[in-house]
Amino acid sequence: MSDTSDGIRAGRLAPEEYARNFSDSHAPLQRVQALIEADRCYYCYDAPCINACPTGIDIPTFIQRIAQDNIRGAARAILEENILGGMCARVCPTEVLCEQACVRNTNEDKPVEIGLLQRFATDGYFAKPGAPLFSRAAKTGRRFAAVGAGPAGLSFAHRLAMLGHDVVVFDANPKAGGLNEYGLATYKTVEGFAQKEIDWLLSIGGIEVRCNQALGRDVVLSDLVRDYDGVFLGMGLAGVNALGVTEPQAAGLRDAVRFIAELRQASDFSKVPIGRKVVVIGGGMTAVDAAVQSKKLGAEDVTIVYRRGEEAMSASGYEQDWAKRSGVTIKHWAAPKEVVAEGGQVRGMRFATTRVDNGKLVETGETFVVPADMVFKAIGQSYEPAPAGASIKLNGGRIVTDAEGRTSHAKVWAGGDCTYGGRDLTVEAVEHGKRAAISADKALRQAARETRNG
Amino acid sequence: MADLTSTFVGIKSPNPFWLASAPPTDKAYNVERAFEAGWGGAVWKTVGEDPPIVNVNGPRYSALLSQDRRVIGFNNIELISDRPLKVNLDEMKRVKRDWPDRAVVASLMVPCTEKDWREILKKVEDTGCDGVELNFGCPHGMSERGMGAAVGQVPEYIEMVAAWCKQHTKLPVIVKLTPNITDVRFPARAAKKGGADAVSLINTINSIMGVDLERMTMHPSTDGRGSHGGYCGYAVKPIALNMVGEIARDKETRGIPISGIGGITTWRDAAEFIALGAGNVQVCTAAMVYGFKIIKDLTDGLSNFMDEQGYRSVAEFQGKAVDTIADWQALNLNHVEKAVINQDLCIQCGRCHVVCEDTSHQAITATVNGKRHFEVKDEECVGCNLCVSVCPVTDCITLRALKPGEVDTRTGVKISGKYANWTTHPNNPMRKEPESA
Repeated sequence: MSDTSDGIRAGRLAPEEYARNFSDSHAPLQRVQALIEADRCYYCYDAPCINACPTGIDIPTFIQRIAQDNIRGAARAILEENILGGMCARVCPTEVLCEQACVRNTNEDKPVEIGLLQRFATDGYFAKPGAPLFSRAAKTGRRFAAVGAGPAGLSFAHRLAMLGHDVVVFDANPKAGGLNEYGLATYKTVEGFAQKEIDWLLSIGGIEVRCNQALGRDVVLSDLVRDYDGVFLGMGLAGVNALGVTEPQAAGLRDAVRFIAELRQASDFSKVPIGRKVVVIGGGMTAVDAAVQSKKLGAEDVTIVYRRGEEAMSASGYEQDWAKRSGVTIKHWAAPKEVVAEGGQVRGMRFATTRVDNGKLVETGETFVVPADMVFKAIGQSYEPAPAGASIKLNGGRIVTDAEGRTSHAKVWAGGDCTYGGRDLTVEAVEHGKRAAISADKALRQAARETRNG
Repeated sequence: MADLTSTFVGIKSPNPFWLASAPPTDKAYNVERAFEAGWGGAVWKTVGEDPPIVNVNGPRYSALLSQDRRVIGFNNIELISDRPLKVNLDEMKRVKRDWPDRAVVASLMVPCTEKDWREILKKVEDTGCDGVELNFGCPHGMSERGMGAAVGQVPEYIEMVAAWCKQHTKLPVIVKLTPNITDVRFPARAAKKGGADAVSLINTINSIMGVDLERMTMHPSTDGRGSHGGYCGYAVKPIALNMVGEIARDKETRGIPISGIGGITTWRDAAEFIALGAGNVQVCTAAMVYGFKIIKDLTDGLSNFMDEQGYRSVAEFQGKAVDTIADWQALNLNHVEKAVINQDLCIQCGRCHVVCEDTSHQAITATVNGKRHFEVKDEECVGCNLCVSVCPVTDCITLRALKPGEVDTRTGVKISGKYANWTTHPNNPMRKEPESA
C-alpha cells in the first residue's frame, strides 16, 4: 500500500514499510563473518590503510585483535585514535580512505572490509563496555571552551579531558552531536546510536555540554577567550548555498540539510510529509541522503540532478550506487535554471543542460523541466563568519588553521567543516579536534613553563 | 596413463592410498563406504582382546584451527576398538570377501606376552585379511596399560614382539612406530631385527590442545579433566617426513618397506612421502575432516603428476629424493642464493621488509627515493628464505642461486662453482684437510 497522490503528503506508506525502510541500511557483520574477514588482513608493515585513515587508526592491530577474540583491545586501538570510531565505522567513505589503500585490492579488487570490522569491534565493545577504556590524568584546574558539540568539538573535549583539563562545550542545537545527530540519514545510525556514543564519550567526566547556546547570540568569542584557557571553534557550516536563481516563496522548496535534520528528530516517520515527485539538486552525500530518504518516505519519483558528470560528484561511488539501488534517478549535466511554482507551490524545476567547454562548465542553451512537488537544495553549505567575528582569519570563506588547528588568534583553535582545506568528513573533524586538543595542551604547558622560568 | 596399482609387502591394492587404522576404519559400514569411494585399502581399527575397552562419552577429538576454521592439526583420545573382537573379525572377513582387490590389514594390540599375540594372530588369520599391523604407536590410554606407545618406546620390546609375530603368522607383519621417541631409527632398527616386513609411521604425537581459560581446565576435558591425546593432521607432516626420511637413508634400515603416515591431505603430500621412500601411504585426518570423497582427488592428482613427469608406476619415483637428505655438514657452503622480489607481483604489504628488518638481516628496503618500495639489498641478503616464507603472494619472492663467476656483494667473494662443506671449512676446528688432487 502506498499513497501516490500528487502534492506533499504524510503517511504515504504503511507503518511496517516505514519501519523496514528506516532500519539499519547495512547489516553489521556477525561474529563468524568478522572472523573470516579479519583473517584476510595481511597485517602489513607500515600499513597503507593506516596512512589513509585521517585519524591514523592502527587498522592491522585492531583487526588482529578481532581475530584473537580481543574485542575490547580492538575497540581500544580504534577509539584511542578516533573517539567517534563507532560512528565513523558507519559513515566513513571507506572506499576512498582505508579500503582504497588495502593491498588486497591489487590481486583481488576486494579490500578487507575495514569499515565493517571497525563497526564489529566498536559495537561489540559498546554492547559490553566493562571498565572504562580511558581515564583522566590528574586534574590541572584548567578549563577550555569548545563551540559546537559535533565530531570536532567532542573529540577536542574528550582528548583534553583525558589530559586532565575541564571543557565546556557550547552547542546551538537542543542536542549534542552536530552532524552525527542532525546531518546523517536515519538508516545510517539507527537505535539512537549517535546519542549513546556521545553519552559514552562524556562518561569520562570533566566535559559539560551546554545546548541551545549559539555563538554570537548566547555566548561571544571575546568572553570565552577571556574566561577560558583556550577556545576551540567547531561549529560546522551553518549556511546553505543558494541555487543562484530566483528562489520564490513556494511550499516545497527546501534545504536538504534541514529536511535530513527533521527526519532524524522525527519520532514518527508517517508524520513526515513528502512529495510524490522529488527533485534533489546537488552531487554530494547530502543530496544522496535527502534523495534516498525521500524515496523511503514513499515519494514515487526521486531525481538527483547534478550539473557535472558522475566522476565529479562528491558523493562516493558507493553512495551513488546506494541511491540508484534505492530507486533514485541520477541525472548529470544539468544546472538549475528556474523554480517552477504555481499558487505558492513548487510544480517543478527547470534545468539548463550543461557541458564542459575548454575546461569551463557552460550551458548548451537547451532547457527542460522536471516536474516536482518538492525541490531540495543540496548544493553545499557555507561557513557563516559573523558569530566568531573578524579576529578569526578566513581563506576561501572558512577558518584558516595550521596543522595543529591554531587559528589567527593565539588562544583559539578550530577544526571540522568550518575550517579551510579539508574534505568535510566526520573522520577528519575528529582528527582536527584531537590535534587541536594536543596542541592546546602543549601550549598551556609551555606557557606554564615559561612563567615558572621567567 | 600412470599405473597407480600398488604392491606393498606383497599386498596388492588398486592404488597406494590406504585408510590408516583409526575411527574411519572402525567397522564394515565405514570401510565399505571407503572402498566404494575408491580407497585402495584399509588398516582396520586396532582390535584387542575381549572384553573390549571402553571410550569416554565426551569429546574424543579436538582441532587446531586456522582463523577461518580450517583444520590444521587434530587430536584424539579414542582408544582401540570398543567392539567385541568377534564382531570386528567377522566384519573384516566379510569385507575382504566382498572386496578382494582391496587391501584389508588388521591392526593389533594385545599385552606383551607371546601367548596373547599368538592367539590373536590365529584368530585374525581366519579372516582372510592381507596382513597385520602391530600398533606400537597409540600414545594415550593404552600406553598406560603397557601397550601401544609403551611398547614402541622400547626397541627391545619391538624386536621381541615383531619376532613372535613373524613366528606365529605367515601374514606380512607391519610395525607401526610412535614418534614419541628421540630418534626414530632405533625403533625402526629393532623392528627390522625382529624380522618385520615393514614399518609404518608416524602414529600420533602426545598433545594437549589447549586450556579453557574461563573454566581453567585443560581443553577438551571430560567432566573437568583432560588427558593428553595423539596429535596428527596436516601440521605433523614435516615431522613425519623427517622420520620417514631418516629410516629411508639409515644404513641399517635402508630398503625396509615404509608405509608413510602423517598429515597427508593432498596428492602432493603423498608424492612427497613416496619420494622420501614410502612404498604406500595411509591417510586418516584428511578423511575425518572432508569425508572419503577426497580419495578421488588424491588418485587423480597423483596420476596427473606421474603422467606429467613420465612416471609409469609409483615404484619409479619411490625414494627418488632420499639421497638428497644429508647431514648439515655435507651442505655446500660455496653455494650462494639471494632473494628476488618480483615487483610486478608485489602488493606492497611490506611483511618481507619488517620480518627481515626485525628478525633477520636488514636486507629489504621499505622505501626507495622516498617511496614505499620493497627491494632486496644483495649486499645484506644471506638467502635465508624468511621473506619467501612470509610473502602472501605466490611466487612473488623467489631465491636465485648466484652463478659461478658472479660476486656475492655481501662477502665480496667470487662464486667458484666448487663444492666445499663444513668438514673442510677453515673455521671448523675439527676440519679435515681437503684431499689433494
